[in-house]
Amino acid sequence: MLEILYFANFREVLGQSQESLPSDNFKTVDCVLNALADRGEQWRVALADNTNLQIAVNHDVADRSTQLKPGDEIAFFPPVTGG
Amino acid sequence: MSTFPFIKIQQEDFDLSTEIKALREGHKDIGAVVSFIGTVRDINEGDDISVLELEHYPGMTEKALEAIRLQAHERWPLQSSLIIHRIGEMMPCDQIVLVAVSSRHREAAFEAAHFIMDYLKTNAPFWKKETFPDGETRWVDARVSDKEAEARWHQTVDNEQTA
Repeated sequence: MLEILYFANFREVLGQSQESLPSDNFKTVDCVLNALADRGEQWRVALADNTNLQIAVNHDVADRSTQLKPGDEIAFFPPVTGG
Repeated sequence: MSTFPFIKIQQEDFDLSTEIKALREGHKDIGAVVSFIGTVRDINEGDDISVLELEHYPGMTEKALEAIRLQAHERWPLQSSLIIHRIGEMMPCDQIVLVAVSSRHREAAFEAAHFIMDYLKTNAPFWKKETFPDGETRWVDARVSDKEAEARWHQTVDNEQTA
């Protein structure tokens, strides 16, 4: 399985903070994003079509081409605003 | 250099004197300590703010902050450094973030504190959510100026390498 996390306004817009997806179907982050986009307009706008989308895999900065393996934790979030 | 005592993510407030004392503990070779404290403003982009909420990504935030701290230690001769970032709900005037560094000389301490803060703003997974007096909320957008501030340090590296 893959663990998918959503933070900040993504968590609110998408109505969830975490979910699991079967890892077999997803070789890269891009594959995950395409599958999520199929859920509808809200998902596509927030994630797949969002040029400001930030991605982390296993707590490291990643991008759409990052390869995935079973057990990976993938996080999607907007640009950070701490400090 | 041990790791996690120098990165703290916490709900509770912090005391500058206590933290600086701990930072200097055991170092007789420190000639400069620079600290920066970020505080909550009661106004942002012209709007009154009554509450500021900080969210983070447990695990990744600590890792990102430690990476930033280690970069500062590689770049300047620092004796010690500390980053404290608060999470949860805060009110105007509250302290949000503390960056403190010590070095033999002031130049390295000033620059490293500035560097850590600029990198933290763009590379550490924290998000701010503002609540207005009427109860409406707004997520704070990342600022282009923060990204530019971080980029200045890339420029400095390039200049050093070509000098």
